[in-house]
Amino acid sequence: MRKILQKIKLPILALVVALFVSGLLIAFSDPKVLALKGDPLSMIAKALSIAGSAYWALFRGSIYDPQLADTGFFGGLYPLSETIVVSTPLILTGLAVALAFKAGLFNIGAQGQFIVGAIGASYVGFTFELPIVLHALAAIVAAIVCAGLYGGFVGLLKARTGAHEVIVTIMLNYVASYFLLWLLSTKAFLREGRMDPIAPEVLESSRLPRLAGQDYRLHAGIFIALLAAAAVWWLLNRSTLGFKFRAVGANAKASRTAGISVAKSTTFVMVISGALAGLGGAVHILGADHALTNEVGGSFGFDAITVALLGRATPLGTVLAALLFGALRAGGLTMQATTETPLDIVLIIQALVVLFIAAPAVIKAIFRLKNVEEGQAIGSKGWNG
Amino acid sequence: MSSFNPKNMSAPERRKFRGLITMLVLSLFALIAFAYMPKEGAPVTYGFVLGGEWVLLKEWIINSKTASTLFAILALVTTFLAIFLFKIKRSSRIVSFIFGASFLMSFLSWAASGKFVPFTGLLQGALLLSVPLIFGAMAGVISERSGVINIAIEGQLLAGAFVSGVLASLFANNWIGLFFAPFAGALIALLLAVFAIKYGIDQVILGFVLNVLVIGLTNFFYKKLLIPYQSEWNSAVAFVPIEIPLLSKIPVIGPIFFAQSIIVYLMYIVVTLIHITLFKSKWGLRTRAVGEHPTAAESVGINVNRLRFKNVILAGAIAGLGGAFFTLGAVGSFSKEMTAGKGFIALAALIFGRWSPMGAVAAALIFGFADNLQGLLTIIGTPIPSEFMLMAPYIATIIAVSGFIGKVRAPAADGIPYKRGGGSR
Repeated sequence: MRKILQKIKLPILALVVALFVSGLLIAFSDPKVLALKGDPLSMIAKALSIAGSAYWALFRGSIYDPQLADTGFFGGLYPLSETIVVSTPLILTGLAVALAFKAGLFNIGAQGQFIVGAIGASYVGFTFELPIVLHALAAIVAAIVCAGLYGGFVGLLKARTGAHEVIVTIMLNYVASYFLLWLLSTKAFLREGRMDPIAPEVLESSRLPRLAGQDYRLHAGIFIALLAAAAVWWLLNRSTLGFKFRAVGANAKASRTAGISVAKSTTFVMVISGALAGLGGAVHILGADHALTNEVGGSFGFDAITVALLGRATPLGTVLAALLFGALRAGGLTMQATTETPLDIVLIIQALVVLFIAAPAVIKAIFRLKNVEEGQAIGSKGWNG
Repeated sequence: MSSFNPKNMSAPERRKFRGLITMLVLSLFALIAFAYMPKEGAPVTYGFVLGGEWVLLKEWIINSKTASTLFAILALVTTFLAIFLFKIKRSSRIVSFIFGASFLMSFLSWAASGKFVPFTGLLQGALLLSVPLIFGAMAGVISERSGVINIAIEGQLLAGAFVSGVLASLFANNWIGLFFAPFAGALIALLLAVFAIKYGIDQVILGFVLNVLVIGLTNFFYKKLLIPYQSEWNSAVAFVPIEIPLLSKIPVIGPIFFAQSIIVYLMYIVVTLIHITLFKSKWGLRTRAVGEHPTAAESVGINVNRLRFKNVILAGAIAGLGGAFFTLGAVGSFSKEMTAGKGFIALAALIFGRWSPMGAVAAALIFGFADNLQGLLTIIGTPIPSEFMLMAPYIATIIAVSGFIGKVRAPAADGIPYKRGGGSR
């Protein structure tokens, strides 16, 4: 128990400090608070009430809303179901980034791989007519193959030519979004009778089943995501391939001496990483959105990086971090709609949490901590590394 | 022909050889696709006059097929010239440049068949689109040449744009906005410097997180203050272009280079200064030493981390100044995420330009030109979807880093934290 406490102490304290700083930002950017300049006491009271109501809205939008509870306790849990819907793709993209981290690679390209996966799943979903379970499986396989190749290309390029994965993945993200934009203007993908970039809805047979009736978007994708997390855990901790990945990540030179092919490891990791991110895209299309749009990527691929960093690149940590950031995203919408606090405060909270975790010195200084488990440093090794 | 056997070549020679092959393939492609394939041409009109400059040639009307053929042949000739220069082991930089320009002209004459191309305007717009890229790339040069990876260029540009726009609006004075823009970029760079140099945090991750932070902060304040209180917070007006007497009257060149806003002139100064000081001054030598071999630099008495710290902050200031171009140099007011990934294209230009100031400027100009050409072709309507034109800089960068054309190598110690007393992490 103490051990677990030691492990989660830093992330929790980082979250607390980030929420506090963001609260200050919410309160003291409000003209109603600033108007009370002459009266410090009522200014603090007003600041507290404004930040408080913003965070209360964040909670209502992400976990439990008493106003929705007129149909009983479970009605009030609607926001929690939305949190899970947002978290599901985040878990998968987060795992993609985390796995790459473990192998010493920084995959900024989850966004592009997510988009490519969504394209593959959507195409199979609305084009072919297949029996029920088979159709969903085919769409998922299509996504995994497309995104696996897209990610694997990065690994292959790195292994063969030394091109740094960060640069290549940044560039491929843009290529993927422009490719998607172009696709959605072609006959094959543009929905009939529409001018705006939207593809036809995927057929019923390919959709993931809804778990709590049609009023809730909660779908079976969460089980796929959790299974994937378990699979990544097994891969990293119990399989030979995963051992090789971690060895290369820890020390590429030593691994090469020990007879591990660094080139193969790099390529494989990026294939699997891309496939995970693409699976995220498939699950999001088949479960929640049903139709491909130019904004399908949202920020799933970019949030994935903060998710993986917060989760310390472990599968369990990534799942928990994805749930947290999914809650912030879902709740942020309610917060933006009911209070005057923009959704973008979520980005600030995310950035601050990760910054504090990356630099424990700040948190240690604030709380006067001595022995906090910092976890193993995650990092790539410069452009030539 | 022994020198043409790739097996006998050194690695850089082999890459150069591959570059020559690419040039050959491209010029043959131009000859076939742009010059031979179209059944019949239509007149293309190139307009050269933009404003009140002296007129040398008002416009040039030529049949598209003829023009494409002409430029494709020119490209082929320059290719052979480059091959000849390669054989006698001379630099072929200028020839490559002419090759690139003729290939583009061949393409443009084909794509704009039967249309009017405002040639001077096209180049002027290209320069304007390159300005933030050039500032961003210069920030990258200074930071990365001294050994600190700067992925946060995007955030620094955005911070500069935000602060300059807001301050210019609040004080109703553009000069105040312009003055504080570098400080905004430097503030972000300060965070980068403290965490990367003092605490040795991974620089790529850090830069990424700083970008998220700046996007979050500027979006937050944009929605919370700039939209509701627009007249007070977000009503800056762009600088008026300054026409330099005489110089701005030169045909074609004048309107492109010498009838621009103050920020563009500042850019000329910044680029010139960086190019000269990086290679000719004590600071430049030390900066390069610290980026390539910090241990050696320290052994001759250079304080590695202090120099890196200073350079990272200087880099942030330059990017911040470039950020002011988005607001005060172009439209005046700030809008959400208005840098739109330009910081990453600047990073691409830095890499494409092989971490050298002039190379980065050239790459930024090419990317700016591609961007503007894409806009023009979308308006006049061409067979190529605009999305593919927009992809061009990114694909070009991937090709560049994978070492297909020429050699691309980062400073040796780029991204590796340095601990005093020798050795890296």
